[in-house]
Amino acid sequence: MSTAVAVKKDKAPFDYNKYLRPNKLPHIWCPGCGHGIVLKAMLRAIDASGLSKDQICMVSGIGCSSRTPGYVDFNTLHTLHGRAMAYATGVKLAKPSLKVIVITGDGDALAIGGNHFIHTCRRNIDMTVLVYSNAIYGMTGGQYSPTTPQGANATTSRYGNIEPVFDCCELAKASGATFVARGTAYHCQELEKIIFEAVQHKGTSVVEILDQCPTYYGRQNKYKSVTEMMEKIEKDGTVSVKQADKLPPEKLQGKLLRGVLHKIERPEYCEQYKKFIIGKAQGK
Amino acid sequence: MSQRYEMRFSGSGGQGMILAGIIMAEAAAIYDNKNAVQSQSYGPEARGGASKAEVIISSQPIDYPKATGIDAMLALTQEACAKYCNDIKEGGILLVDSEEVKNLPRGNFKTYSFPITSIARDELGKTIVANIIALGMITELTKIVSHEAIEKAVLARVPAAFLDLNKKALQIGFEKAKAVKV
Amino acid sequence: MAEKKKKLLQGNEACAEGALYAGCRFYAGYPITPSTEIAEHLSVRLPKVGGKFIQMEDEIASIAAITGASLTGLKSMTATSGPGFSLKQEGIGFACMAEVPCVIVNVMRGGPSTGFPTGPSQSDVMQAKWGTHGDHPVVAVAPAYVQEILSETVRAFNLAEKYRTPVMVLYDEIVGHMREPIVLPEKGELEVIDRIKPTCNSEEYFPYDDKYEIAPLAAYGEGYRFHVTGLNHKKDGFPTNDAKLIQEGNERILRKIENHKNDIWKNEELELNDAKIVVFAYGSTARSARYAVKEAGNSGKKVGLLRPLTLWPFPEKAVEELAKRVKVIIVPEMNMGQMIVEVERYARGKCEMKNPDSQAAGILLGKEFYYLPPHQNLWCGGLHSSPVKEVLRRPRSKERGLRRAFRSRWEVYNVNSSCSKKR
Repeated sequence: MSTAVAVKKDKAPFDYNKYLRPNKLPHIWCPGCGHGIVLKAMLRAIDASGLSKDQICMVSGIGCSSRTPGYVDFNTLHTLHGRAMAYATGVKLAKPSLKVIVITGDGDALAIGGNHFIHTCRRNIDMTVLVYSNAIYGMTGGQYSPTTPQGANATTSRYGNIEPVFDCCELAKASGATFVARGTAYHCQELEKIIFEAVQHKGTSVVEILDQCPTYYGRQNKYKSVTEMMEKIEKDGTVSVKQADKLPPEKLQGKLLRGVLHKIERPEYCEQYKKFIIGKAQGK
Repeated sequence: MSQRYEMRFSGSGGQGMILAGIIMAEAAAIYDNKNAVQSQSYGPEARGGASKAEVIISSQPIDYPKATGIDAMLALTQEACAKYCNDIKEGGILLVDSEEVKNLPRGNFKTYSFPITSIARDELGKTIVANIIALGMITELTKIVSHEAIEKAVLARVPAAFLDLNKKALQIGFEKAKAVKV
Repeated sequence: MAEKKKKLLQGNEACAEGALYAGCRFYAGYPITPSTEIAEHLSVRLPKVGGKFIQMEDEIASIAAITGASLTGLKSMTATSGPGFSLKQEGIGFACMAEVPCVIVNVMRGGPSTGFPTGPSQSDVMQAKWGTHGDHPVVAVAPAYVQEILSETVRAFNLAEKYRTPVMVLYDEIVGHMREPIVLPEKGELEVIDRIKPTCNSEEYFPYDDKYEIAPLAAYGEGYRFHVTGLNHKKDGFPTNDAKLIQEGNERILRKIENHKNDIWKNEELELNDAKIVVFAYGSTARSARYAVKEAGNSGKKVGLLRPLTLWPFPEKAVEELAKRVKVIIVPEMNMGQMIVEVERYARGKCEMKNPDSQAAGILLGKEFYYLPPHQNLWCGGLHSSPVKEVLRRPRSKERGLRRAFRSRWEVYNVNSSCSKKR
């Protein structure tokens, strides 16, 4: 499927207000936070997908990123810390006609919600999970998360973080997600295409989105500016899957891959439920 | 009959004691139109260990659902017999598998011994119907439910492919018990 | 034969049948003894009526999934037991706060912790009230008979839908696993209530509209794109930090239950008219109490039974009125004394209060309350000073120490232990 439709060039500026709840703004995010960039990329992708606002149910947990549903004009559900995918599973299975998008963060999805994350992927229930990964707990003031690099500082790792990180994409893939991708706030147009493709995918699609928290991660780790953070972490710290093919292994050392990392076809949970369980129970 | 009639089916987990209890309760409540309550007590084991099911039968509504003084008890294993026989009433009945229960408890009740599991194996080729044979015996010994009721209840609960087998098992139970009944 | 067909059903099966009767179309759960049969039964029955069953990865996910499902308009339920009930608490609070109708069944087993999985208890009744953090409304029903598990599960759904709140069904392992003949109600025989949906246009819709006592609840995907959050929120569902609005919101969710207690309360009253001694009992304990009360009546004693089928909100009016005209209220429970505290609170010292020595498992319950001394139990309640003095003179076991720590008044009231000692 062509993804070019997602990018509209030389046209009137995109009308974000169509999807926002303007009277719920301004948002709570800090100046320099990447979440706004991701939100815009997501709205452009949703617009390109042609889904109606009534069709979309956006579910989130707790954290800075999880405030997103409050600002967008969909059916929105802001739930408990870590449990977004479990609530979303209920929504989706109860009403499969809804397109479910989960907004979550690295702490929400991979720490407190780790169990729901892997089981959602395992079921391959149709939903798009966007993991805003800024390597810190922002809402509580800068504690280390499962994606905080080893050695990094946080308010709870003043001597440097000793815990190894979770690779969100590898975890999703190993757990059974059928679409796994990584994007960054820096590469916002590429991110739009990735989210577009994720939303089109039937099954559990997981997109890890590297973005920056200048307030808590940046300041504690000696980044002088937001630009420096974006360039070092998101630009220099990643390499696209296409480029990676051409680069020698030593050039890939320490870099995360960007782009669609895994995409396969596997039966989707709600369809399986309808076909096998309801079908057998009703003798169809 | 207005008094509570209390029965206990005990054995080892997997011997079908709870099923026996359910069938007895259904015979009384559904087919003989009395009141019945079946309850059970078991440990963590799905197989082995001591397991029991209790059935209270009365013509009145039954409030207290557990046994208080047993009128008739079945024990298929020594362990279950020792563990659960202590509250058989005076004049009550104890039915045991004679090859399993070697130490018979003493008390003011009547004990009947049959090699129940062996009968199932030798006469029907399936030890799994020992519980149904025992149900036939205890029905005959106690007369608490009718033969028709227990047969209907058994046939309603067992898989279609084994209707004949279970019918025979029940019949064997009736006959063996009738032969020794005093 | 009876005109209607009787069926021998287990309590847990009756619960599942009640849910189906009420129109439940979504179940999410996690296996746990002694509630698992509810899930097993619904996994077969729900898809037959086009409903959805899912076994989630844990109990937290289960309460989450039913809350999500309910917001799409489906009547939803989960069932669990002690440890799972603990895990669900945060999600129960969310459903209270977001005012999402759902039913949570707790088949109570022995605790604390893993406790006694195959044994009964009534030790989660206070957890049902106070288990989740913050002030929140709680509605809990407590059936005691298999037939009643069915009808009370239907009532739980009705209350949940009517008041837009989670409702708990609390019963214990004894009735959960017990089989009794019951009659399945025909369509129309029991009342079934569905939530009120909005009819206004979407611009005018507020999911927490304070012009209603209980605001209509739209379903996701039907044109009302509303917001739901566990944060304190305004009538439009969006978060607020305004102290006044927060206070109003919190008061509103409590008031919607408080104002309708008369509708939610349900008691069975037996021989209460000229009783001087009354037993307050619920769930399977009430079955023993009922037997004892009848026996006492047969021997000419004026003993009554107050059996609440609604535990929360607490039947305060019934207890208050009773306390004014009876000598003693006895509160047997399969716990170390939970509801007795509430009974005492509303008796306000107007009568005596006694707690028969009936803690721990069901067998003990029988022995203490019915099997050994039904009349004696009640009689002890009737005799005042001497056994109390005796108890005070003779501190006994470790258990006594434990109880003293738990509730200092216990030793004064625990007259029955002296009776059973003499026996």
